[in-house]
This record gives sequence, structure tokens and C-alpha cells, in this order.
Amino acid sequence: MTGNVWVVAEQWRGHISEITYETLALGREVADGLGVPLTAVLAGCGIKDLAQTLGCADSVLYVDHPLLAEPIPELCAEALAQLMQARKPCALLVPLTNVSLGIGALVSIRLGNTAVNSCHDIKIVDGKLQAICVMYGGKIEVVVEPAGELAILGVGPGARPADKGRSERSPSIEEATVTLEDSRVRLKRYIDPEAGDVDLTKQDVLVAVGRGIQSRDNITLAEELAKALGGAVAGSRPVIDQGWLPLSRQVGKSGLAVKPKLYVALGISGAPEHIEGMKDAKLIVAVNSDARAPIFNVAHYGIVGDVLETLPLLTEAIEARKTASHHA
Amino acid sequence: MHILVLLKMVPDVVEDLEIAPDGKALDLEYLRMILSESDDHALEQALLLKERHGGKLTVLALDAPEVDDALFTAAAKGADRVVKVVGMDAGLTTRQAASVFAQVIRRETGLLPADLVLTGVQAIDDLDGLIAPLVAHELGLPYLGILTRVSFDAPGQLVQAIKEYPGGVRGEFEVTLPAVLGMQAAEKPPRYVPVAKVRAAMKSQKIDCTPVPTLADGGRPAIEVVEMKRNEPAGHAEMLEGDPAQASGELCGILAERGLF
Amino acid sequence: MPNLALLYLWILTLAAFGLFGHRVYRYVKILLGAHPEKRWDHIGQRLKLVLVNVLGQRRLLEEPVAGVAHLLIFWAFVFYASSFFWNLVCGLFPMLPIPSADQVGWMRAALAVFGVLGLVALAVAAVRRYFFTPPRLERSSDASLILVLIAVVLISALVGLYFRTSAPEVSRAMWWVHMVTVLGFLAYLPYSKHMHLLVAPFGVFFGSLQPGSVPAASEGAARRDEFTWRQLLSGLACAECGRCDRACPAFNSGFALSPKMLMHHMKLLVRGEAGGADGAGFIGDVVKQEEIWACTSCLACMTRCPVMNEHVPVLIEMRRHLVGRGDMDKSLQEALKNLTRYGNSFGTAPRARPKWTQQLQFPIKDARKEPVHYLWFVGDYASYDPRVAGATCAAARVFRKAGLDFGILHEGEYNSGNDVRLAGEEGLFETLRDKNLKSFAKAHFDEVVTTDPHSFHVLKHEYPATNGARSVRHYTQLLSDLILSGELPLRKKLGMKVTYHDPCYLGRYNAIFNAPRRVIAALGLDLVEMPQNRTFAYCCGAGGGRIWMEDPPVIKERPALTRVREAASLKGVHTLVVVCPKDLVMFQDAIKTLGLEDKLEVRELCELVEQAMG
Repeated sequence: MTGNVWVVAEQWRGHISEITYETLALGREVADGLGVPLTAVLAGCGIKDLAQTLGCADSVLYVDHPLLAEPIPELCAEALAQLMQARKPCALLVPLTNVSLGIGALVSIRLGNTAVNSCHDIKIVDGKLQAICVMYGGKIEVVVEPAGELAILGVGPGARPADKGRSERSPSIEEATVTLEDSRVRLKRYIDPEAGDVDLTKQDVLVAVGRGIQSRDNITLAEELAKALGGAVAGSRPVIDQGWLPLSRQVGKSGLAVKPKLYVALGISGAPEHIEGMKDAKLIVAVNSDARAPIFNVAHYGIVGDVLETLPLLTEAIEARKTASHHA
Repeated sequence: MHILVLLKMVPDVVEDLEIAPDGKALDLEYLRMILSESDDHALEQALLLKERHGGKLTVLALDAPEVDDALFTAAAKGADRVVKVVGMDAGLTTRQAASVFAQVIRRETGLLPADLVLTGVQAIDDLDGLIAPLVAHELGLPYLGILTRVSFDAPGQLVQAIKEYPGGVRGEFEVTLPAVLGMQAAEKPPRYVPVAKVRAAMKSQKIDCTPVPTLADGGRPAIEVVEMKRNEPAGHAEMLEGDPAQASGELCGILAERGLF
Repeated sequence: MPNLALLYLWILTLAAFGLFGHRVYRYVKILLGAHPEKRWDHIGQRLKLVLVNVLGQRRLLEEPVAGVAHLLIFWAFVFYASSFFWNLVCGLFPMLPIPSADQVGWMRAALAVFGVLGLVALAVAAVRRYFFTPPRLERSSDASLILVLIAVVLISALVGLYFRTSAPEVSRAMWWVHMVTVLGFLAYLPYSKHMHLLVAPFGVFFGSLQPGSVPAASEGAARRDEFTWRQLLSGLACAECGRCDRACPAFNSGFALSPKMLMHHMKLLVRGEAGGADGAGFIGDVVKQEEIWACTSCLACMTRCPVMNEHVPVLIEMRRHLVGRGDMDKSLQEALKNLTRYGNSFGTAPRARPKWTQQLQFPIKDARKEPVHYLWFVGDYASYDPRVAGATCAAARVFRKAGLDFGILHEGEYNSGNDVRLAGEEGLFETLRDKNLKSFAKAHFDEVVTTDPHSFHVLKHEYPATNGARSVRHYTQLLSDLILSGELPLRKKLGMKVTYHDPCYLGRYNAIFNAPRRVIAALGLDLVEMPQNRTFAYCCGAGGGRIWMEDPPVIKERPALTRVREAASLKGVHTLVVVCPKDLVMFQDAIKTLGLEDKLEVRELCELVEQAMG
């Protein structure tokens, strides 16, 4: 394959997202594997200085346009399509977060191509790219080969460690122009979440509950464990949707991204949308009655069992240990 | 006002998923199909809009096992017309499905003009794209996705929508109609409709069937599946054995060792 | 009688009867215009109900003091009512050559005896009402007025009798006091709770011959014209005695539901005094949704009600209405969705239903594939809930050791649908029933046995027998029969004290009390009865679909906790025996919540049978 490997640098509200660095790390590997340069594409308005952080790439293609100030998928896709038609990269890696979701699909159809979703790894086999993707809530892994000269790949969170995509190096920055019309989609304003009683991002220990907690009443069991561990209770989306925990406790794609020292996942299946929010926790422990739950892919320790039975026993064990060491 | 809702059936992951002998697709034997969760939300949002502003609601789905149940349920909930595309091969990819949707929407009488096309933002079997943006492009309509609220100040040219961003942030958007919107969640959870009402809908309403149009690429997807396998959590987590008391005891020890409490 | 007095009597009589008749006519019209319900069948059985419950006052006697008092007042009333009419006819038609009641010797004697007894009973009733007020008995002015009126009626008659010969003017005056009071009472009757005098006998006659049955399929009821006449009649028959409230586990736990207030609201609905002109606001303004969902369908209210009111069918009709609107809490909705799609409330794949059998050392026959004698209908909780798996396996081992030829339907079994009906989703019940019937039709078996009382009830009463006559038994009945015929090999006597919880669906619903007790006795266990046992057993709170619903945030104490406390209070008893998977789960949780693990444990009877089999 000829042409560069491009990585879309996701920028939002004045920052480069974590996932950009993860994707750059992956892009670096792919580019090196193919023997072609790695280009980061940064689109925005007046954020050229952010391009400096993208040194993992060989070069940065910076597009400045007032309509690109906010990352609206339609406009980003149009800009990317124009650049790609002119410069013909061999691969485009698009981060998959709420900010950038849809860009890949829109670019692909503008270029008469196909986008692949939810990759968490890319391999090079016989000089061609193979994307390893997850489907069905993380239960199935599928290896696909995009056809044609251009591979558009959506990269999910956690494909590579973000640190591998950071670099002290200053990349060469090239400015490009695109023509954009007013979009029929306009952002009016952001609504920041109300502060909850607890800031999950500042907790060392999080005890998170999913569907497996079964009822609102059982959340007290999780609270007891959180108390014993000096942490707070969090929840996956289904628990918040049921109204058992407030929005401020949601961890995941549309909730918070947390990096506690300990994350206890109870009755959480481990769909990618949740993993996105907690994959960087230092120690992940999961309890689930399904031995095949995808959560065990990210957990360091796992227990296959009934959450409602195991949870109080764990709390008990911890309390006992604390009392014992207190008296010792 | 006319709202069009696109529904897709996806494999039900409550059942254990098995791989077909060729190692490239799901085994269909025990596979059950269920309405994609965010499509259900799209339908609910459409019903809410119809309740508030009146108008017509049409539901369009691709033929699949158990799709009739989903369509009659939609009818029982309040859809005015339910349409099914028939005659295609099983296992269409998302890209192909979007193409079928777009062509049928243009060809079939009564589906256009539509003020709003609502569908789920994502489905668990989306491998090569997303329905909403692909259909939007083929129809020449704007697209916005990951929405949790859609409302009209007053029915007209504009619609207000709330999009989910990371960290609990939400974005308030304005979209010029007609448009395609990808719903993440409706304002209210999908309503319950009693079995008796669905059965009544089966008797009183018809599913309009329309044949599948020929696909541009001859039905061959632009990506090739090399291999499909179950995502066994092989070797990542250290599994703690024993009955719940033993396992939790061991875990307690590990946490203590690491000074986590 | 002077002509003026006769004229007054006629005027008063016509006025009183007119008012009375007009009101009663309006009620009858409303009832006739309501939804139909077949209650003219089995006249013989119905007359027997009237004999036992109206003439015999059987249910009232369950509270002995009030019961005896009321029995006396009732019979006093019967005599006095007869004598009143007798006297009225004599008074209105003085030309008739019939003696008046007080001119006939035996009638005088009866009136005197019942008059005195009646006054004594009234005194007892008044003391109970005002000095030892039972909970849930309202000391309304309506009630007080009635006591006074009855007293006046009796006293005036007695005084009149006493002065019959010695002071005929006094006697005459008393006659007028008596007649005017009764006429006034007659006119007042349709406005007071004492309508029950008139309506209760009809309520009993038209009572349900199968109290545990669910109303015929309907779209539910929210307005007056959507209920059946029998459901509306319950409102009119209610004497507001409060027995239902005293028995209700939901009410006693602090839920919003009061069966008595429900009946009172039904009365208001019939009178057009609730929910607006057409009763459209009945649900919401008058009866709150939390009340409707709070019921556990334990049937205690209906079992205790002396006038055979039908609280549960009324609630089911209202639940059907709410379900039709999709108005229910999210957990119930989730459970119903899972039941519709997967045939179980857990949302687990149907294929996983027989997974519990993997814990056994032997395979269990598939009744769909090979013929068996007993089809064991296992039930959802027994199959899917890990906390019950131990008991289910014990049952399997017991059946095997007893040499029974049994099998299960494996994935062909679906939720029996009992609680789905109680939750108001009649259509879903029919779907589940039909799915089960299809599996039955494919299977080969002679009898059905089940370890789940909820399933037992609906299989026995609502599933048509297929492939010929089938018996449906709960496993305690089967074991009891085996014990009686000497076919159950018991090797050990477990000599410990236990207590036993009668599950609602065996006990109140099906009058199965002795079979489990026979099994307990045969195991050599020393049974200490719960203070509330047999038809008085206190529900664990899981029925009526409540196990699928969230509890409201503020309640006094859940029914299961109260029941466990009751068991724990028995001296020397450390084992609470249950025969229902839901009881097992509810009581285990309750014991943990109360921290009584050292004092009490719950055991399924089949686990003890296994122990005794050695």
C-alpha cells in the first residue's frame, strides 16, 4: 500500500483527547509496519498550538476553519474527505468516542469506500491491513480485511496505551485549506453536568454496579463495600437509566472516564461502552455470573459467581481483616 | 408531520453466541433476533413526538427472523404504517442495509417526504458503518447522532436535539429539517404494550411488503471477514476459584497485600 | 287507631319506603348497567354459603367477642325486622283480622329474649368499639348512630312489651317510637354503611365459589361502567369492619393499600361520589397507583371478609387497566418484557433453564423425549435462581430415592403465568399458558407434580387437561400420599423442633394444610405451629407480581421480616420450614436483614425429607 497512514486527532473544548494518543500509538505501529509516514490530521479553529503535542506522528496536517471550531461530524467528515481526495492516504484511523462517532461512516461514503467500526487492533498481513474488531457487546471478535486502496478504520478506546502515543518531539506542521458550507447541524451550547455529591474522577476506589445488581435495594450492599474500602459507588448505564443511581455516578462512553487505584465491577458485562470509562484503572476486579463476560478481558482478577452472594462476603472479609489488623 | 423510523433486527446476545462451521459468521441454529436497542428508543422518541405534535408515523424494517413481532409491536404502540423489505439474503452488513434502506425510501410511495428519519445511533452488529449517517448521505440529508432528546419548539423547519458527549456533558443542537437523527436514548424508556394489544394489531393491521432493490456492488461487501471467534477472556484476568466465600476471601487478601484498604 | 294516626303512619311509611326504594332502585340500575358476571350457577352451593355465613355468621365468629355479639344482634334484628313488618301490616290495615306480633305468645317471648340478648350484645359491641377499639375500626358517627338507633328500637320494643297490659298508653307510645325509628332507619339505610344489612346476603349468595379465581379476561377497569356488577356490589356490601385491613400484609407493612378503604372507595364510586361524574378520575385521584400495585394477592382479605367482598379481583381489573396504559414501575416492565421474550422473568436464555440439573450426579429424563409417569413442573425460581438450586436438587434426589419415574420439560417449560395474571397482563398469561400446553402436548406423562405452589394453582385450575384427565399435585401432596401408602422410604427420625409457613397458594387458595404437616410429622419433626397458621398464615410478600416490583421507599417493615420475627419468637424452634421457592428466597433475605442467622434458618421441606431418607 502506498500513501500515508492518517490519524484523526480528536480535539474537544480546547484539548486533544486521550484516545488521540492511543490511536497515534497504534497508527505509529501500522505506519512503521507498512513503511509509510504517519500523519496526524488536526481540524479546528485557532488551535494550531495543540498540534505540537502530536509528535508521535511524522507530520501534522492542520486545517483551520471557523466552521470546524466544534467537532461536528458532518463538517469534519467533509473536510477530511476533501483532504483525502487530494492527498490519498492509504489508511485513516478515526477515534471512536461520542465526539467523533459518525465521522468514519460519513467520510467513507463520501469517498465511495467502507469504514470499519470498533477496531481494537490492526495487523499487517501480506502487506495488507487486517483490523481486529469487537462486536455484539464485546462478545465476538472478528478479523476483517478492508478491500481497495484505502482503509477507513474506527479505533475504539484502549487499543494502545496513551503514553505510547505521546512524544516530546515536535512534528512538522503543514496547514491545509478546505471549503465548507454552513452546516444544517449547529451546536448552540454545551450543558455541563451538575456536580453530584461525589466526584468519581477523584476517588481512589470505585465499586461499580451493573445490571447484575438486580434491584435498587441491593445497591446498599455495594455501598457497604465502598465504605469498607473507602471509596464510592458508581454504575454502568443501565443502572443509571433505571434511576437507581444519579447521572453523576455513570461511568462509560457517555459518562465519566475514571482512573482509580481500584475498580470493582459487579454484575457488569463489560460492553465496550462501559470499558471505555474504566479501562485505565490501575487494578480491576470483576464479579459476574457469566464466565464469558467481556469484563474479564480487562479485569486483572475475576470471580465467576453470583454477585449478590459474593458481594456481602467480600465486604465481610474486608471488615474482618480491618478489625484484625486494628487489634494487632 | 411525517416521521419515518428505521428498525434493524440484531442477534440477541442473551443466548450464547456460537460461530458457524466456516469460522466467519455466527451460527444461526440457536440464534434469536431482537430489535436493536437504540432503534427501540428511536421508535419511542418518534411516538412521543407524534403524541405531542400529531402527524404520521411510518416504520420501515428489513426482513429478519422475529421482525414481524417488532413491527406489530410498533403498530400496537401507535405506528400508522409498518413496512418490511423482503427478498434479500441473510447477513447483510450495515453498509448494505443502509443502502437498501435509502433506495427503498426513495422508491416506495409514501415514505417520502419525511420531516424526520429516526433510527438508533448504533447497533451491536455494526461492522462496516452506521445506518444513520450512511442513509443520511444517500438521501442528501443532514445527520446528527448520539441523541437523548429531540423536540420542536413549534413544528416547522428546525428541530432541537441534545447530544451526549463524554463525561456527562451534553450538547444542545439545532438541526434543519428534513434530517436523519441517530438516537441513543429516548426521553422516556420504551413504553410497554400488553401482549393483548400486539395480538390485536396482528389482526387489524397489515405489514406492507416491498421487494429489495438490487444492490450496487452486487451484494458483496467491501470488507472481507477473515475470521470470527468468540472473545474468550483468555488469560487476561486471573480467575479466583472456589465457592463465593473462598473466592472473596482470596480477593480480600490480594487487596490487603496491595494496601488498597 | 284514630284516623289521623293511621294517616300519619301511611304518610311516614310511604315516605320511608319511597326514599328507601328510590335509592335502592338507583343502585340496582347502576349494577344492572355494569359489566356482566355469571354468578347464578350452583344455586345449591350458594344457598349453603348463605346458610353458613349469613345465618351462621361463621367468619364473624373468627373474632369471638365481636362475633358472638354480632350473631346476637343479627338474630335479634331478624326477629325484630319480622315483627316490624308484621306490626306495620297490622297498623296500616287495621281491618285485617290478624293479631299483632306482641299479641302472639311465642313471638312475645322471642322478642323479649332476643331483645335482652341484643342489648347485651350491643353493650359489648359498644365497649369493644369505644374502649378496646380494634385497629382499623373507625368510630364514625354513622356507626355510633346505628348503635343508638338499634338500642332505641330494642329498648322501645322491650318497654312496650313490659307495659303491654299494665300501661297501654306507654306501650302505645313505645310502639310509635319503635315504628318511627325503624322507618327512619329504613330511609337512612341506603346512605349508611348499614346498607350491608340489605346487600350482604346478596354478596354472600353471589360470592365466588372459587375465591382464588381471577376475573374473566377483560381490558381492565378504571371507570364505574367498566367494573362488573359483582365488583361494584362489594363496595355496597362493605360494613367497614376492618377485618381485611387487620389481615392484610401490605397494609400492615405500611404500604399505601388498605383493602377496607378500597371497598369504601368502590362504594363511593357506585354512589357517583368518587372520580368525577363518570368515574374517570377514580384511578389517580381516589385510588392511587401505589395502592393498586401493593397487593401480594395473598387472599387474606377475602378469606376474612364476612360479606365475601372481592378485593383482589377489583385490584386485578385496575392493574389490567394500568398495564394497558403501560403504567407500571420499571422493574415490573422489565420482568414482563423478559417473560414475553424468554418465558422467564430473569431475562436468561430459555436454554439455560435446565442448567441446574448439571449439579446432580444423575440425568433427569426429558419428558418430551421419553415417557415418564410424573411430569415435574419445576417453575422459574426453582430453575433459575441460584439460591433455590440446592432445594431443587434435593427434590430431584428425593424423587429418585423414592423410586418415582419422573421427568421435566427442560427448555420446553415456561413460566406458568400465575403471577403474570395477578399483575394484570392477561394476554401474556395466555401466551405462556399456550406455550406450556404445546410442550405438554408433545410430552408423555400421566400426572403432573410441582414444587412451586404458584404454578400448582394455575396448572390445576386454569390449564385445561390435555391428553386425558391429569392430576396436578404439589409435591407435599405426593409425598403425603406415598407416606400413607408406606411407599416413602424414611430411615431416620429428625428429632428437632420446627415451625411451618403455610404458603398462600397451598393454604388459603387451595386448602392444602394437612399434607405438608403429615410429611413433617412422618420425618419425626416436632411441629410448633406459628401463631398465625393455616388460613391465618401471614404472606411473605412475594406474590401478586410483587417480587418483580420495587418496594416504595418508606414502609414500616416488609411482610417477610414480620413473618420471620414471628417464627423466631417460638421457643426452641430454629428451623422455619417452607414449601415454596419464593418463600425460601424471601425468608432467607429477611433473616439476613434482621441478622437472625444464628437464631433461625429456612429449610425447604424436601431438603429435610432427603435428610430423613438417609
